[in-house]
Amino acid sequence: MAERVDVAIIGSGPAGLSAGARAAGRGLSHVVLERTPLYADTIQKYQRGKFVMATPDILPLRSDISFQAGSREEILDKWGEEIDTAGMAIRYGAEVKSIKGGNGAGFKVTLQDGNAYEAGKVVLAIGVQGNLRKLPCPGADLPLVQYQLDDPEAYEGETIVVIGAGDSAIENAIALAKQNQVIIVNRRPEFARAKTGNLIAIEKAMANGTVEGAMSSSPVKVEPGGIELKTPTGNRHYRCDRIIARLGADPPRRFLESCGIQIPAGGPGFPEVSVTYETNVPGLYAIGALAGYPLIKHCMNQGYEVIETIAGHPVAPADEPLLVEKVIGMPGRPPVDQALEEIKTKVKLFTGLTTLQLRDFLLDAETHVLLAGETVFQRNDYGDTLFCVVSGSVEIELVDDRRPNAPPRTAVREEGDFFGEVALIAGRRRSGTVRARTDCVLIELARRSAVKLLNSVAEARAIFERTTIMRQLQEDLLPDLTDAEAATIVDDAEIIRFEPDAVLMEEGAEDDRSVYLIRSGSVTVSKRIEGRDVVLAYEPAGHIVGEMALLRNVPRNATVRAAIATEAIRIDADAFQRLLDVRPELRLELERVVLDRLAQEPVRESRDQWSGITDFLVDQGIGEATDILLIDESLCIRCDNCEKACAEVHEGISRLDREAGPTFAMIHVPTSCRHCEHPHCMTDCPPDALHRAASGEVWIDESCIGCGNCASNCPYGVIQLAAPPPPKAGLLQWLLLGRGPGPGGYRRQDMLSKKKTDGPQPQKVAVKCDMCKGIEGGAACVRACPTGAAIRVSPRQFLDSMVHRS
Amino acid sequence: MSGPPNRGGRGAATGAAFVDVAPESFLVYKQMRWVKAMVALLLLCIVPYVVWEPEGGHDGGTWLGYTLGTIGALIILWLTWFGIKKRRYNPGHWMLKGWLSAHVYLGLSLIVIATLHAGFQIGWNIHTLAYLLMLAVILSGVWGAVNYARLPAMMTRNRQNQTLNAMALEMLELDRQAADHALPLGDAFADEVRRSRNETRIGGSFFRQISGRDPRCGTTRAIANVRALAESMPGEQRERAGALLVALQRKQELLRRARKDIRYKALMDLWLYVHVPLTMALIAALTAHVISVFYYWG
Repeated sequence: MAERVDVAIIGSGPAGLSAGARAAGRGLSHVVLERTPLYADTIQKYQRGKFVMATPDILPLRSDISFQAGSREEILDKWGEEIDTAGMAIRYGAEVKSIKGGNGAGFKVTLQDGNAYEAGKVVLAIGVQGNLRKLPCPGADLPLVQYQLDDPEAYEGETIVVIGAGDSAIENAIALAKQNQVIIVNRRPEFARAKTGNLIAIEKAMANGTVEGAMSSSPVKVEPGGIELKTPTGNRHYRCDRIIARLGADPPRRFLESCGIQIPAGGPGFPEVSVTYETNVPGLYAIGALAGYPLIKHCMNQGYEVIETIAGHPVAPADEPLLVEKVIGMPGRPPVDQALEEIKTKVKLFTGLTTLQLRDFLLDAETHVLLAGETVFQRNDYGDTLFCVVSGSVEIELVDDRRPNAPPRTAVREEGDFFGEVALIAGRRRSGTVRARTDCVLIELARRSAVKLLNSVAEARAIFERTTIMRQLQEDLLPDLTDAEAATIVDDAEIIRFEPDAVLMEEGAEDDRSVYLIRSGSVTVSKRIEGRDVVLAYEPAGHIVGEMALLRNVPRNATVRAAIATEAIRIDADAFQRLLDVRPELRLELERVVLDRLAQEPVRESRDQWSGITDFLVDQGIGEATDILLIDESLCIRCDNCEKACAEVHEGISRLDREAGPTFAMIHVPTSCRHCEHPHCMTDCPPDALHRAASGEVWIDESCIGCGNCASNCPYGVIQLAAPPPPKAGLLQWLLLGRGPGPGGYRRQDMLSKKKTDGPQPQKVAVKCDMCKGIEGGAACVRACPTGAAIRVSPRQFLDSMVHRS
Repeated sequence: MSGPPNRGGRGAATGAAFVDVAPESFLVYKQMRWVKAMVALLLLCIVPYVVWEPEGGHDGGTWLGYTLGTIGALIILWLTWFGIKKRRYNPGHWMLKGWLSAHVYLGLSLIVIATLHAGFQIGWNIHTLAYLLMLAVILSGVWGAVNYARLPAMMTRNRQNQTLNAMALEMLELDRQAADHALPLGDAFADEVRRSRNETRIGGSFFRQISGRDPRCGTTRAIANVRALAESMPGEQRERAGALLVALQRKQELLRRARKDIRYKALMDLWLYVHVPLTMALIAALTAHVISVFYYWG
């Protein structure tokens, strides 16, 4: 005879425990069924001593079980006590075999051991860890590969390859690195998925060499004693004693389907749940990681909420008040769940999200309510956020720089569309001014959220890529290209990512006629002349390369290389040819471009100096700079007035090191911020203190906590951690009475050294060049240069000016 | 290649005082703006001088003389202000190179203005002293400008992409290498390595800095001694001594460049040690000149 309960809770992780405790609190008859002999199996399997974080901080915890950030052991001990005090009914070693029912008459939950429960409602809180992802390459099942790590201290003196970019991979890598040699393999160039604290830790470990990072790399095959990785510079074999792959886990699809739960096709495999976490089977609920929500705090809140709903006391989710703020301006003032539904159905990029995921993205986004005619952003502003139109429409004023006399065109983005993607992708200035055409509601996603959305939701990525390709074709090729015409090319176009120095096309290549439209990054065009590579041109995003081979039907006449990590849209030759056939004016224009370039070529070829400088500056990372400080050493009298000026206008600390840095042909690149298109420093700043101003400056606000993340992320070493120096005497006092250290303040070395003095040490914070943002007249270093040696320029402008000069 | 230039970026931040896309020397600032200003100013001074012939000839006592004197004195005071200006980093749309450009050309114009002011009269008095001091200041300034035009490029070539600090670090490394090489060669060699390490100085006295040489350089002597010692060594040992010699010679080359670097830097500063004190003397003489003129006026 099956035992009867009001609610059966499957799984005793944070979600299940919280649900069980609430059920006990509400006096519902219940049972928590746990497959393993201990509660919270996933967390029991966290590595020993792991510090568990309680993110997101803004979200309040709602549960009868307590939870705050702390070590794995502390949290588990506490839960163990609370399970007892809450009066929860848990059965360990109870693996569920099947769940049947759901047609209003309750469920029958059958266990592997033959026992069964009859339950009014069933809450699935089983997480996803029972179904770990395997390495997608040969050798995934060899004995040296393991998919979990309990105690990192069990290994010593080994070479261990850790694969993955999530929190568990990072934590394993760092813990193992204490007594082993560790290589962490990430298929992306940055750790975008991990929690901030882990990001800091792994970046530090990689910076100081305790963990070796194999970024933008993926496993090719595992063999006994080693692994082969595909790296940006080619395949590489690593010898190792152990491979720990932490690739996350997939929801147990088959089991869910056997319960009658439908799983949306093409998605990540999570069941779709309502805002009360009910699946398509009435009475059957899915919460926590299984519903797509891996954070502990969310799981616990959901456990609480689901039981309240079942007990007939429905509560708004814990993030409700935060979301109310976000949707308050929507027309008709719909309640939150209705507003979310509206956003999900209307906004194309969000259609592939579950409601819960949408809630998460919205919490991190800003909503704007604009009246018709109000400006969203101005052309040439800097900004790297992505906007989605929830209601109303906006118009974009596009200026065609190639036809300055043509009347400005406008493009309209309707309800559901997104805009602002050019700046998001390329990290450059906004290409057009956007105004509200009607009253409208916009959602603004920060770059980090947008990147997360595109990386984690395949459907969003597909829509995004297709739309942005079409738009770039229209913007950079032919303004009046219709959507239908663009569509014919898009099907034969693909976005290809090139690592720095990778070759897009090789001089002399015979059978490649495809055309590339640079989407982000920049490329150099070079030719081999007398056995040397001579750089002929430098082309940033928005430019087309490779058109000559197609137009003339000749082999490639130059080599095109990525100057930095670059994305390009590769357009198939035949498709492009078809377009040229129907749009002869495009052919005409491209012909003009080709002629211009051919006419310039002999000039540039003879400019050895220009070619050399371009090559040199590209090596110095000019390809991703928006604004760079250069010093003409034939004019620089080494007076360091630039540094002094910098210190004087910035709390006594110079943000530039004039002398450091290489020189080529009298052009010196001092150690100073380049205000990168996609600033490396901004990738993970815990308090979000780094910003890009609309006028382009990347700057740090006073919320900096001095963690040093930005400094270690900057490949150019231009960020320092420094405490403000003590006040000093004024200029005239120094000049006439010799008081104080004089202009420029204290010596840089003194400020940066870790000299211990008595008394409390002032808090060190990150300091970097802010291009003298907000100071009338602009960069003090340039203004204070007595001989005109120092300039701040955009790379492209500088290189163009050098062609005409040299 | 096509493409909207706006996405290539516009360069310096909006609202900046400068829009230069390539370095431009203070000597040619804004298409020789201050050269033109100087020429205009000089015409303004020379034309009345030539056209108007006062009774008793030109001197500082005519209305033109007073006018030229006042202009000259004001220019001198303004030029002196540069010492303060270059150390004040106030916000605003100024460029120090513009100020320096004006400083150079207005300074040069003083030669003519002051000469016209004096009506080409020279004597043994405070007035002529002020005049001569002014010429000395201007000459030292010309020397400075020539240094500024010539030395920076020489400095860069000499450094070969190495900072002074980097050179010093490499020398330390070479000392270590030399010590390793000397170890099996015996005490005589070790003494020479020690000599090179302990008796080599970079910089030092004024003359050492300016000459860029050190006649008693420990490394130079060590090289000579090691060479002599090596000649009497047997085959294998000689090879080792050769390696020692190479290290010492590399160090000597670095020393040569480091000393030259210091020499250039000293030269770049040296003229200021003449220019500035002379300016102070000039201001004093000028004050005396002006006071005495007014004192004897009545």
